[in-house]
Amino acid sequence: MSDEDKTTGPDQGKGKVPASTDPEVQAVGARTGMFGVRGTGDTSGYGGLVAPIVYPVPTQRPFGGWYDDVADALATVVDLGRVVIHRGEITFHVRREDLVATAQHLRDDPRLRFEFCSGVSGVNYPDDTGAELHAVYHLLSMTHNRRIRVEVSVPDNDPHLPSIVAIYPTNDWHERETYDMFGIIFDGHPALARILMPDDWPGHPQRKDYPLGGIPVEYKGGTIAPPDQRRSYN
Amino acid sequence: MTAYEDIYAGSTETTEGKVFTVSGRDWDDIADGLDSDGFDERVIVNMGPQHPSTHGVLRLILEIEGETVKEARCGIGYLHTGIEKNIEYRSWVQGTTFVTRMDYLSPFFNEATYCLGVEKLLDIEDQIPEKATVMRVLLMELNRISSHLVCIATGGMEIGALTVMTIGFRERELVLDLFELITGLRMNHSFIRPGGVAQDLPDGALDEIRDFITLMKKRLPEYAALCNANPIFKARLVDVGHLELEGCLALGLSGPPLRAAGYPWDLRKTQPYCGYEDYDFDVQTWDTMDAYGRFRVRLNEMWESLRIVEQAVERLAGLEGAPVMVADKKIAWPSQLSIGSDGLGNSAEHIRHIMGESMEALIHHFKLVTEGFRVPPGQAYVPIESPRGELGAHIVSDGGTRPFRVHYRDPSFTNLQATSVMSEGGQIADVIVAIASMDPVMGGVDR
Repeated sequence: MSDEDKTTGPDQGKGKVPASTDPEVQAVGARTGMFGVRGTGDTSGYGGLVAPIVYPVPTQRPFGGWYDDVADALATVVDLGRVVIHRGEITFHVRREDLVATAQHLRDDPRLRFEFCSGVSGVNYPDDTGAELHAVYHLLSMTHNRRIRVEVSVPDNDPHLPSIVAIYPTNDWHERETYDMFGIIFDGHPALARILMPDDWPGHPQRKDYPLGGIPVEYKGGTIAPPDQRRSYN
Repeated sequence: MTAYEDIYAGSTETTEGKVFTVSGRDWDDIADGLDSDGFDERVIVNMGPQHPSTHGVLRLILEIEGETVKEARCGIGYLHTGIEKNIEYRSWVQGTTFVTRMDYLSPFFNEATYCLGVEKLLDIEDQIPEKATVMRVLLMELNRISSHLVCIATGGMEIGALTVMTIGFRERELVLDLFELITGLRMNHSFIRPGGVAQDLPDGALDEIRDFITLMKKRLPEYAALCNANPIFKARLVDVGHLELEGCLALGLSGPPLRAAGYPWDLRKTQPYCGYEDYDFDVQTWDTMDAYGRFRVRLNEMWESLRIVEQAVERLAGLEGAPVMVADKKIAWPSQLSIGSDGLGNSAEHIRHIMGESMEALIHHFKLVTEGFRVPPGQAYVPIESPRGELGAHIVSDGGTRPFRVHYRDPSFTNLQATSVMSEGGQIADVIVAIASMDPVMGGVDR
């Protein structure tokens, strides 16, 4: 029995999402089965489970509180994309061609004044087709005591983002780290070189397709596989 | 002196001109006769990666002319251990074991920002027991004292003030003894867990902390007496590593360097977490924007931390027997721990219960320990004020039993970027002081 056999039931299949009338709700992937077992090893009866992965959906206006002030001020220079408010944190999804204008405006507009950038963090969503690599910026306005998140995504086959080092010099090392770990190329960075890995290192370690590495460990006659090859829950 | 051949030394022609590789020998020997062909004595020195005054495995590439630093660059990554990658292959609770090892001088802060982020995604922030929160504050403030002590101690050692080093480590030892008493470990505690803390305070811990506070009130003035007005100490620190507020903000500096530039930004006050708004303390600032100001800020912050510890101890005295882990049994770590002769481990009573009395308890224990809990999809960033500045974990979950991505915004990493700005144009000896005033911890820089 293969994976295919388990997911051919009438109400099962990839991309199945919970019943919802909201067109914004979409699954970016699904986890199948349980206990991480593939093939005939699964005698649990849970092998046919399909659980879609759904991230928090975009929020509609009014956002409430100062969120609207920030959104209004930002909307004067760029088209606001998706805005997600989840657990009290607001995320602005920005197109990459708007990133520099957005960052410049966020820093300089007196209504925004996000003068402190906490750097950029990369995230690799292999199942988010066409937007596999995300760059996430956390910005802080000390003037207004507000914190927002700006997220930009790029496809895997064209991993170029404009650098915002000219606006936030602190991002110099952060962008180098994100390049090092994810292979996102920040165009316009003054010296985009690897920072944590050796200069001649092949690959970008934090990407999901990059193996963790490790060797099997033998202990009292038993052999333990390296962490990324062990049987695990999913 | 007779000249001899050094097999490691030599010269090569490059696009930049003739480049000499030098390791030792008399400088005049090498430079002799070079002035004639328009040669500038530009020397590039590799300081580190293993140098006693680089705060860990930090490599400095200095371009010098005489004693003046023309350009300074950092080479980092020597302590990179892929912690962020490793976490993606472990359960949410196991993550604390990894993050505690990042910045090894402030383990409780690493754990706290991680756990606050996970709790935010789980939406259980309101359910964290009061005692757990107060214990977190207590441990974090004790940790701030021990971290600042190391900063001042090693900073003193690097400028030759060995007494500062010995007394700094003397007091730090007392803090580590308290950690050992409370968590079973001196470093890398992984004591703060999603949902609370690993276990209750042991008997007598509060008395030990009270004794420590009394002792510290006698010992802290010694640092002030030894350093504050010491002419040699001041000659080395005053006006060194100058960085004004605009520079700090552009470079994303936070913590003592920012407060030494006169800006009272402290996340404990401005964006309180863990109930810091209920404690009485002041944000310490200084206005000299130099290494001396950062030293004074740290010294004063230790007094403030002591104040917070005092208040936390009083609160804990009234919380005896209160729970320290969230009531939700689907999240709370099932095992009951106790401190044995070899550190923290499962309590014998709990083992007896699951192995001999209740099959359900065994299943529950097994499921939570091997599989763990699931965290709803989403992302969170809950920064806290670590001894070095804004420390935050960007945590992404895809709804699974393991973190999808954990990224640490470590203040050491960001603050170290100021090396060039602070030291170019100054003396080589001041590079050491400037870096020490940033208090970078390479475990946090490289992760």
